[in-house]
Amino acid sequence: MVKVLIPSGALGLNYDKDALERGLAQRPDIIAIDGGSTDSGPAYLGRGVSKYSRASTKIEWQGLMEARAKAGVPLVIGTAGTCGTDSAVDWLLEITREIACELGQTVKIAVLRSSQKNSDIIKSHQQGRIHPLPNAPEISPEILADCSNIVALAGAEQITAALETGADIIIAGRTTDTAIIAALPLMHGLDAGAAWHGAKIGECGALCATNPQSGVVVIEFDNTGFSVSPMAENARATPHTVSAHMLYENSDPHILFEPGGHLDVTDAEYTALDARRVRVTRSKWVPSQHYTVKLEGARLVGFQVVTLVLLRDERYVQNAAIWAADIQQKCSAKVADRLKLQPDDFSIELRLIGQNASFGALEHQSSVPFEIGVLGIVTARTNALAKEIGKILNPYLLHHPLTPDEEQPTFAFPFSPPEMERGALYAFCLNHVLELADPMDAFSLEVINHG
Amino acid sequence: MVKLGRICEKIRSKNAGPFWLTIDIFCGSEDVFARVTARLGTDDIAHLLGADPTLMKRFDIASLNVIKISLPRPEIQGSVRDRDMHGASWAALIQEFKIA
Repeated sequence: MVKVLIPSGALGLNYDKDALERGLAQRPDIIAIDGGSTDSGPAYLGRGVSKYSRASTKIEWQGLMEARAKAGVPLVIGTAGTCGTDSAVDWLLEITREIACELGQTVKIAVLRSSQKNSDIIKSHQQGRIHPLPNAPEISPEILADCSNIVALAGAEQITAALETGADIIIAGRTTDTAIIAALPLMHGLDAGAAWHGAKIGECGALCATNPQSGVVVIEFDNTGFSVSPMAENARATPHTVSAHMLYENSDPHILFEPGGHLDVTDAEYTALDARRVRVTRSKWVPSQHYTVKLEGARLVGFQVVTLVLLRDERYVQNAAIWAADIQQKCSAKVADRLKLQPDDFSIELRLIGQNASFGALEHQSSVPFEIGVLGIVTARTNALAKEIGKILNPYLLHHPLTPDEEQPTFAFPFSPPEMERGALYAFCLNHVLELADPMDAFSLEVINHG
Repeated sequence: MVKLGRICEKIRSKNAGPFWLTIDIFCGSEDVFARVTARLGTDDIAHLLGADPTLMKRFDIASLNVIKISLPRPEIQGSVRDRDMHGASWAALIQEFKIA
């Protein structure tokens, strides 16, 4: 039997300290937490940085390092620093060393790195070892060379290799959300279907239970299934909350692809052990013929400047769409003329907040609000060009009249200067898998003895 | 005619990775599940979301009284035209859809 303590869905989202204490009292065999996701967009992978504040990360990680020392079991984090690039791993490693020094802890740290060299990925592409997943974008050697970061998602095999070093703390780069939880039960030869299914149920912490923000859950794995126990006093896992969690952020509610195979929960059975704990059996693991890992990549595709102006005049609010379309057309023509640009070199978009900023042409509601926020978005090849275009747009947003012969209107800007630099714009450009002869081929492992 | 959001327990939408969007309609009871599965066509949802119905995956899960619909993201997450980084707003269009 293996017990995995999961403090929360991600480091940086906080966890209930009392619930963590109760989790430790269950005598877990490992503490596992996810450190990231693609869910906040391509900028983190593009830049190789964390989404969460360093201070929050340090406070929460320190709590887990103290818990680890108390429990005497390994602590593992997957997808360190939101994106799991080597730079993000090094960022968390530095925080870990700082905390270890401050606490006077002597720790053995295993670092699993997932960043890929562009040239290696281009070579794999040319060798036909990279395959598209459904709705993958087109790739080319040029696009792959352009990526500021490419990571491969480690699975249970690579986490197992890290655990086998006997490390106290494992800082892993990009991994699947589930691998850090599934690895230890798999190492112990427990049921593979249960290992992966339990990992999927636990990967978001207490999101598989009531009171999801309490964070902490314990998943207990054995030879035939697993059981789920939320640790917060007022949190309950029920067959419904647990089985419904397979739906979460997963395009297929029955199947989950992982390195080396897939999980099939079509026939899984969910039984209430009591009012707050659930047991799951009959989950199936189906090994694949080839060992593949998923790739993620992001590349710089331009620079943006945004601006915000408020319409409150009744006539302008009523005619906001006409007003915005007229500005977009006139300003785009002026930019092309004055900066000698082609239409493909830049874009100017005005989104009407309060009218249809969420869905654009798909919006079916049509009531007229009393005010509208106009979000101007300028995208161009360079930062300097985006700033220039933002400045050409400004006089329109300040004074553009609905008709030529009316008195010049003026609109409300909340800021000076009105243009806000968003900096580099990144795009996700890989939804592919990479075939590997050996699971460690795309990953590296380093062991550091600290203190 | 009644809005789906009025009769269902919860309707949520979320990214399933940067390239897919998934929508979960929690009907809350067998009766509502039977009504919604009978009256809500996959084409209706495709039309609401401006999506290609042939690329949509639909799962009617009776054990949970849930209808799950997954589709290629209307705009890739974080691309210039994307309006919703987490894909969270799309549920609103489904909530406001009226069925008999």
